[in-house]
Amino acid sequence: MCLAIPGKIVELVPESPHLATVEVTGVRRRVDLGLLDDDKPAVGDWVLIHVGFAMSKISEREAADQMRTLAILGEDAAAMEEVRGYGLEGKEQP
Amino acid sequence: MKYVDEFRDPEVIGRTAEEIRRLADPGRHYRLMEVCGGHTHAIYRFGLKDVLPPNIELIHGPGCPVCVLPMGRIDDGLAVARQPLVTFAAFGDMMRVPGAHGSPLEHKAKGLDVRIVYSPTDALKLARANRDRHVMFFAIGFETTAPSTALTLMRAKADGVKNFSVFCNHVTIIPAIRAILDSPDMRLDGFIGPGHVSTVIGCRPYEWIARDEGKPIVVSGFEPLDLLQSIVMLLRQMREGRAVVENQYKRVVPWEGNRAALAAMAEVFDLRPYFEWRGLGFISQSALRLRDEYAPWDAERVFSVAGVRVTDPKAAQCGEVLKGVLKPAQCKLFGKECTPEHPVGALMVSSEGSCAAYYNYEHRKAALPLKILTPA
Repeated sequence: MCLAIPGKIVELVPESPHLATVEVTGVRRRVDLGLLDDDKPAVGDWVLIHVGFAMSKISEREAADQMRTLAILGEDAAAMEEVRGYGLEGKEQP
Repeated sequence: MKYVDEFRDPEVIGRTAEEIRRLADPGRHYRLMEVCGGHTHAIYRFGLKDVLPPNIELIHGPGCPVCVLPMGRIDDGLAVARQPLVTFAAFGDMMRVPGAHGSPLEHKAKGLDVRIVYSPTDALKLARANRDRHVMFFAIGFETTAPSTALTLMRAKADGVKNFSVFCNHVTIIPAIRAILDSPDMRLDGFIGPGHVSTVIGCRPYEWIARDEGKPIVVSGFEPLDLLQSIVMLLRQMREGRAVVENQYKRVVPWEGNRAALAAMAEVFDLRPYFEWRGLGFISQSALRLRDEYAPWDAERVFSVAGVRVTDPKAAQCGEVLKGVLKPAQCKLFGKECTPEHPVGALMVSSEGSCAAYYNYEHRKAALPLKILTPA
C-alpha cells in the first residue's frame, strides 16, 4: 500500500482524459493521472505510482533508482503483485 | 546491475558510517525517531543498528497506517460488511489485521463478500459493475493514500454512483508527531522525516518542529545509504546548534508537495475533532472524515456504525511498543503467542510494523547486513 512504483506512460486513453496506460517492467496497466493535473505527463514520461494513481513525475534515472530501491528492500515482488492487481479495463462504464 | 553495485559500494557506506562516528559526541546519547514504517522496515532489514555507534538510538515512530488503527474501527467496518448485499473492499495490508471477532480474511472464509483491491478506483469499478450490491471501501493510510481516496470519491459524486461508500480511517502525520513531542515520557533529539507522505504534503508542514521545538528533521529516502546520510545531516545540524527542515530525498520529494493532491483532499475531507490512535490514544484534529457534501458516500453516515471501542488483548503491549517505550522483543507475547503467521497485534501484521520487522530480520537473523569498508 505504501509502495511507490515507477512506471512509464505508454498511452493516454482518449475517451477518459484522466487515465493512462503505464508499463512497469513489461506489465501494462491503467493508472489515474488525476493527481497530476497541475503538470500533466505525456507519453514517454515516467511517474511514481501510489495505489493506482500517478503521484509525481520523475526522470528515467530516478525511475531506475526507485526500481532498484524496491529490489533492495525486497519489495519488488509485492510491487508487481500490486501493479498486476490494478484494473485492466480502460473506460469506466457508467 | 550497475545501480545495485553502486549503491552497495561498501566504501561509500563505510565513509558515511565513519562520518556518523566523527560527528556523534561520545558523551551524548542521541534518540532519533524514524516516523515512517517503511523506514523501520529498511532499518531492520539492513541491520543499521549495527552500523551506528551505540549512542545513536533509533526510535520507531507511528507511521504504519495498519498499526495505529484501533481495533474497534475494524469491527465497525466488518459490522457494515455483515449487512445484506454489502461488499467490503480494502487493501491487502488490511486483510489479516485482527478485529475482536476475527480479521477481514477470516470473515471472508465465513462467507462475507470481502475483496482485496489495489486501488480505491478498483473498489469504485466493483460498484459500477455490481449495481445490485453496495461496495464499501475501507480506507486507511496517511497523506500518501488519502488523495487517491479523495479523487475516487469526486469521481463517484460526479457520476452519481449511489452504491459506493468509503469507511474513512485516513489519518494525518503532523498531529501524531505533535502528540509524541508533547508526551512527557518521550525525549527525542531529531526526526527522520517520512518519504512518501512528503511527496504529497511537501516539507513546509514540518517547519514548526524545527522552529518551535528546536528539533532537526530530515526527510529521507528508503535505502540504507539514504538513511545513513540523513543521520549525518541530523548530526551535523545538532553539532552546529541548528534545527531546520532538510530534504535528503530531493529526487522524489518536492519542497512544496503535490498541489493537486492537497486540493483533492481539501475538496473531499475535513478534520475530525479527534480520533483514536492505537497506542497514542485520542489525538485532536488528527484524522479525516468526509465533508457534508459527500455524506451520501460516507459509510459511517449511510450505515449506522456503532463506534465500538475495543481494548487490545490484555497481554499485548502494542501501545508501549508504538510509543517507543518498549522494544518489540520486550512485549510478553512477542515471538510466542504473537508471530507474523499468527498476529495478535497489528504491529505484527504489516511489514512496516516494528514487531514484524524485528521478528523477520532480527529474531530470525535474516537481516542483510551491509558490507562496510572502513576507510584506511
